Parts: sequence; C-alpha cells; structure tokens
Amino acid sequence: MTAIKDIINWLASPAIAVTLSMVGLVGAMFCKPLWTKKGGILLFATLIGGFAFSFTDPNFRIVASMPDNVPILGMLFLVGFFFWYAMYQAHLNDARLAKGLPPLEKEDSDKKVFTWPDLVYVELISLIVCSIVMILWSIVLKAPLEEPANPGAAPNPAKAPWYFLGLQELLVYFDPWMAGVVLPTLIIVGLMAIPYIDTNPRGNGYFSFRERKWEIVMFCFGFIILWVVLIILGTFLRGPNWNFFGPYEYWDPNKLVPLNNVSVSEIFWVKWLKTALPAFWLKRELPGILLVLFYMGALPGLLSKTLFKRFYEKMGTVRYVVGVNLFLIMLAVPIKMYLRWIFNLKYIVNIQEFSFNI
Amino acid sequence: MNLEKSWRRLQQQVVETQVWKSIFRVGIPNTNRKRVLAVLGNVVLHLHPVKTRKSGVKMRYTWCAGGMTFFLFLVLTFTGLLLMFYYRPTIEYAYGDMLDLREQVPFGIMREMHRWGAHAMVITVWIHMFRVFMTGSYKPPREFNWNVGVVLLVLTLLLSFTGYLLPWDQLAIWAITVGSNMARATPLAGYEGPFAAQIAFNGVNLVTAGSDARFGLLGGRIVGANALLRFYVLHCVFIPLIAAFLMAVHFWRVRKDGGISGPL
Repeated sequence: MTAIKDIINWLASPAIAVTLSMVGLVGAMFCKPLWTKKGGILLFATLIGGFAFSFTDPNFRIVASMPDNVPILGMLFLVGFFFWYAMYQAHLNDARLAKGLPPLEKEDSDKKVFTWPDLVYVELISLIVCSIVMILWSIVLKAPLEEPANPGAAPNPAKAPWYFLGLQELLVYFDPWMAGVVLPTLIIVGLMAIPYIDTNPRGNGYFSFRERKWEIVMFCFGFIILWVVLIILGTFLRGPNWNFFGPYEYWDPNKLVPLNNVSVSEIFWVKWLKTALPAFWLKRELPGILLVLFYMGALPGLLSKTLFKRFYEKMGTVRYVVGVNLFLIMLAVPIKMYLRWIFNLKYIVNIQEFSFNI
Repeated sequence: MNLEKSWRRLQQQVVETQVWKSIFRVGIPNTNRKRVLAVLGNVVLHLHPVKTRKSGVKMRYTWCAGGMTFFLFLVLTFTGLLLMFYYRPTIEYAYGDMLDLREQVPFGIMREMHRWGAHAMVITVWIHMFRVFMTGSYKPPREFNWNVGVVLLVLTLLLSFTGYLLPWDQLAIWAITVGSNMARATPLAGYEGPFAAQIAFNGVNLVTAGSDARFGLLGGRIVGANALLRFYVLHCVFIPLIAAFLMAVHFWRVRKDGGISGPL
C-alpha cells in the first residue's frame, strides 16, 4: 500500500505529472477506442476508483475535503466528462463523414421547431435542475469563514483564488511580470485571435476531430494542460512555501527544498568560458538575448519554410506571424518548465538593472 | 387516460379564470399562431427567436452550458442583492456582518448560494467556451461574438476575484494580496516591474509603491479599507453592469449571426 502511494506521490511531482498529462492527453486524442461509450466508462471508472482509493488516505482527505476545494474536484470531473463527451460525439461524426454522410447535427439543424414549447421547456427543466443542485449544495456544505483578516499574519501557503492557481504555479518558473501580467494578457489576446487565425472553414457548427485536428489539439493543450492541470497542481499538490507535496504526503511546513538555480549568463560565462561575469549588462546577457531573439524572431521564419510551410501558405503572412508567435509563446511555458527541471535554469535573460528577467 | 382527461379539465378551468386571463394575454399556446405570440408577446421570452434550429434545442449539442452560466448570473445577482441588505464594506463591520449572516439570519443559505454559485459559474463558463470551441462555433460569422464571450469570461473571473475579498477573512485578504501583487510587476506601470525604475524625472522615481498600478487597483499600499470599498463597488455595481450590457450584446449577436450554430 505504502509502496503504491510512494509511486503515486512520485508520479505527481510537477515534472512527471506535466509530462505524463501532456503525453497522455495528446496520445489519448488519437486513441479512438477511448472515445466510445466503453472507453468513457473505463476513463470514468479509473477516475472514480483512483479518487475512492485516495480518499482512504488521511493526508489526501485533509486537502480534498476542504469546502472550497469541492468545486475544484467537481470541475475535474465535469471537464473530464465533457472532454470525453465532445470527443465521443466528434468521433461519431467523423465516422459518418468518412462514409460521406453529413454530421449528426445536420439532420436536426435543417429542421426548425417552435421556441415555445420545445426550447422553453428545455430551459425550464435546466433551470429547475440547476436550482435544486444549488439549494442542496448550499444546505449540505456551509460556506467557510476563516479567522478575521490580519494583514500581519500571512498564512502559509498564501494562495490566490483557485482559478488563478495555474498562473501562481507559473511563478515558480517565471517572474511575476511574465506569469502575472504578460502571460494572462496573451491568453486573452490569444483566445480572441482564434477565430481570425483559424481559416479552416470545415467543422463549423458540429463536433468533429478529423476535420480540425490541429486546432483541437492546440486548444486542449492550452485549456487542459496549461490551465486545468496546473490549477489541480497548484490546489492539491502545493503546500507550505509553495513546495510540492504528493497527494498522500503530509503538508510539512518544515520541508526543505534546495534552490540552486542558475541563469544562462552564468552557464555561458562562468561554466563554459571559465571567466567572471562581464560587468556590462548587454555583454553579460548577450547569449540569453540572442536565444530569445532567435526563438521569437528567427524561428517563425525558419518554420514557415520547413515544418509550418503548409500553414504559412494557407494562412498568409499576417495570420501566420500572429498565430505562430502566440503558439511559440504558449510552447515557451512548458519549455521553460523543462529547462528548470532538467538544467536548474533560472533565467534565460537576467537583466537585474531593469528588473527584466525572462 | 382518465387522469389525463381530468388534468386537461383542470388546466382548462384554471386558464379560463379572470385572474389567469388578466396575466397571460394569449392563453395556452396550442396553435402555431399562439406559439408565435407566446414568444413575441413576452418580455423575457422575446429574447428568443420564434423558431429555433432543432439541433440548438438538443442538450447533447449545447450542453446548456451558456444557459446555465446566465442562470447562475441571475442567481448570483439575486442572492447578492439579499446579501447587500446585511453587509457593510468597512473593515470595522465586514467580518462581523459575515458572522451575523452565518449565525443570526434565519434560513441563511444565501451566502452559501452566492459562494457556491460563483464557483459554479466560473466552471460553467469554461465548459461553455469549451463546447463553443469544440463545435467550431466561433467560425464566421460568429467571430465577434466569440470575442464578446472572451471578455465575458474575463469579467466572470474578475467578478469572482473582487468578491473574494468581501468576507474579510484570512482567505480573502491573502488571496487578494497574492493576486494583486502581480500588478506591481506590470512592465512600466508597477514599481517592481521591468523598466519602471527607469521612469524618473530629475532623479525622482515616478513609479513608486504609492503611485503604481497596484496602488491604483487597491487605493493604498496594502489590501486595506480602501481596497475593500473599491472591490465592493466593482463587485456589486461596476462589473455586473458591464457584464449585463455585454450579455445583451452576446445574446443579440447569437440571433443576428443566425441563431445557435449548426452545420451549414
């Protein structure tokens, strides 16, 4: 029992958990048998089984049964269910499309029904179900209230509201100006840009995977991994001092984690060239600046000639430049995380003079 | 069969009373003409078109996630109004009013409804976005409405964020402290942000802890009385008004862009 729990604790550590969920998500999306009713039951049973097993553990119970964490567990199940449900319907439609039939929604969308009673009744039923759920939830679970606010006594860990915990998790790898300002802004800009970047006219108004593989994989990567998985990580697996704790580990405030992270400038000048760090910031940080300039400036051009040639030709210059930059920035998040996990890399560019660290 | 007959008779008797007729002008909509009038002649229902695509009525397609989000917004508006009767946004009273709400107010589940409803609305709005993406419903002609939706998603998070502070307990003050600390790292505009220290006039820094973006948000250097008042006004009046306006635009555009999406 303890051996299993130790393995799961180890699997849940950020580097492994993020790798597993990335490989797992993308792999699963191309694994057709999962998106059938049987696959859904299997996925759901695994989730429920794992959860029931975990709930026997006292340390897991402490964290999972905090009243404010209940909706987050609910979100885990709801997002899981609807992800399966969307993919299930997408594969049903894909099978029809492969045979040259129209998607399932087509038959229905050609017919029109009177809003009264067909739509109004569906709305009424949803409204009643929603009300009942809300009332029962409110009766069963009291809204928590902690000690009165005390600006002098910070709790440990001090956590942001739960839906921002993915961003707080990014604070481990990025400075606040990136994790708290630039990346959230780019998430909003990126979401808004989607309809203008995506020129694929197919898959409009019905579930489908094979007609929009790229769009769906990228969107789910951002939504499921970089948003939902990081929220789960930040909520359930980050304890005192924002240290990592496995799901069955006690949140020990005295846990010590060695911090010996280095920046690109230190690796380049001290470790490789065996000299002192140059005094002038531009010279000192030149390797890192060149890396960033290459990634953001040269890579889009190189990709347009090679890997993304097809996209460049289809999308045109403006759409391509905006799209590929947003894509590269999204990809930079896991890249920076891996650089930290593998090389203990702190900053790629570390200009303390201007508080400008990437 | 007998049961159905007596049900029909009961229905008939009710709808023929003077009271019923005075409220519902069209009677039971049992003809197509009356069904049209039922939607057109009702201030709430006329947000709908008279006829809807059959696919747009199906739960399996829409998941009703957008509708749930809107309904939860209404629940939150209503419970929030009730809470406003009891709650005073000052550091002297706020926490005590929370205790009173818990201990003294009979049938007091409105704080629970408001808190759980807020969590639920954040989740339903994500699921709505996910559904709209997975059905490709942001594609032309609905690009702009997707954008309105993204803004509404951000407003939902901001509504929840501003509401987080109001209980004035340890969770509230420190969650908002952690969240609003990000603002002081804003490039140029936050005093710890990149290049902010370079904005100086005659050697005097212009962006300081007393003049930066975080100060503007909180009305002070720490999360204190001014922040509580600001968040209260943002939470109860400012953001809901903008959100309500954008919801009107959102629903209007759903209709103008051809109703709930479906295969072309």
